[in-house]
Amino acid sequence: MDNTEYLRPSNLKELSQIMAGHKDRATVIAGGTNLIPQMRNGGKSPELIVDIGDIQDFSFIMEDDGFISIGAATTIAEIASSDIVSTFSPILASSARELGNPLIRNRATIGGNLANASPCADTALPLLALDAVIRILSPGDKTRNVVLNNFFHGYRFTDLGKGEIITRIIFPKPDDETTGSQIKIGLRNAAAISVASIAVMLTMEGKICRKARIAAGSVAPIPMRVSRVEQLLENQEISATLLEQCKAIMKKEISPISDIRGSAEYRSYVTAVILERNIQRALS
Amino acid sequence: MKKYTIHLTVNGEKHTLEVYPNALLLNVIREDIGLTGTKYACGTGQCGACTVEVNGEPVLGCMTLAVAVDGAEIKTIEGLAQPDGTLDPLQEAFLDTNAVQCGFCTSGMILIGKDLLNKNPSPSESEIRNHIKGNLCRCTGYNGITRAILKCSK
Repeated sequence: MDNTEYLRPSNLKELSQIMAGHKDRATVIAGGTNLIPQMRNGGKSPELIVDIGDIQDFSFIMEDDGFISIGAATTIAEIASSDIVSTFSPILASSARELGNPLIRNRATIGGNLANASPCADTALPLLALDAVIRILSPGDKTRNVVLNNFFHGYRFTDLGKGEIITRIIFPKPDDETTGSQIKIGLRNAAAISVASIAVMLTMEGKICRKARIAAGSVAPIPMRVSRVEQLLENQEISATLLEQCKAIMKKEISPISDIRGSAEYRSYVTAVILERNIQRALS
Repeated sequence: MKKYTIHLTVNGEKHTLEVYPNALLLNVIREDIGLTGTKYACGTGQCGACTVEVNGEPVLGCMTLAVAVDGAEIKTIEGLAQPDGTLDPLQEAFLDTNAVQCGFCTSGMILIGKDLLNKNPSPSESEIRNHIKGNLCRCTGYNGITRAILKCSK
């Protein structure tokens, strides 16, 4: 923190110029709620902070042509209280309402929650289950899309290259046959970092599950889709026997660790429990 | 390290300040502006003692860079009473219900309570408890605080 500089572009053009000139040393923030604790721990000492919190183009929630788009610098509070989000993706709305506390939610943003790539990133799970795509602005004003499932490469390691910025998150509006549920297990009701958390989206045709999306958090180095459980559910009638199989496979697919918030054994157990509960809730 | 010039309007009063890019809004309010009603407790965004209003929304002063709110309207606990010293009804309610013991959480509790009452003039007890989730109190057990906010619920 000896020589940190700070820049706050107010529009996309200024941002592009800054990123073109400083892509090797820029640390991008919007609310700053991830960076500030990291700086205070002495772990991080950015050369240049680029604050995108002021760029209006990055702050919106839009419903358009079968898709929902959310600007990267949209705050978690805005997502939690958005009618569009509540209507079309209630699991994203409820996970936003469980992120941190009301004060954190007024500063923290959805782009920051994803770019920080914590295994416990609360909004990542519903977005994985919703088949979200991330739009990234690369140096030279190029834009590329990455499926969120391919965005997290490893523990706090993402697809973002030098000078790249998340600009928006896009996901298809679920159809009428698709329902979801998400459950976060924390140690307390407020400001909890999840011990384990799962989001589920199921597309049903009568009793048969046509499409399943299962995302799990805090039980692997990244927020992850659990494809083997999805495959078990797809094109099957969801019976008690199938649920037991799903729970068994779930425990094999995740790789939880023990830390101050919970043991690996507990995480493994509770993940199976909330998987079943989520599926039952989504179907009810 | 280079300092940056920022402008803040705090409780209606304009301030021009020179701050380091890593200066927290909390410390600038307490040390540069001299308003110590905003409290520094955990410093890690877990307790809400440093709650202040930035452009009408309550945020954590310890999780906000001062440079990032350049140009903002800030309200602290000192800005709640009338200029003649008449307390805000919620401040009166905190006194009436014995919602204050050590007092360290009180500034934040009152500001988050005001925020709730502004958004929802007639909150229920559970809505109150839900809204003050980010503000910790280690003395009162929250009952007096909840009663105080409930008292102002229309």
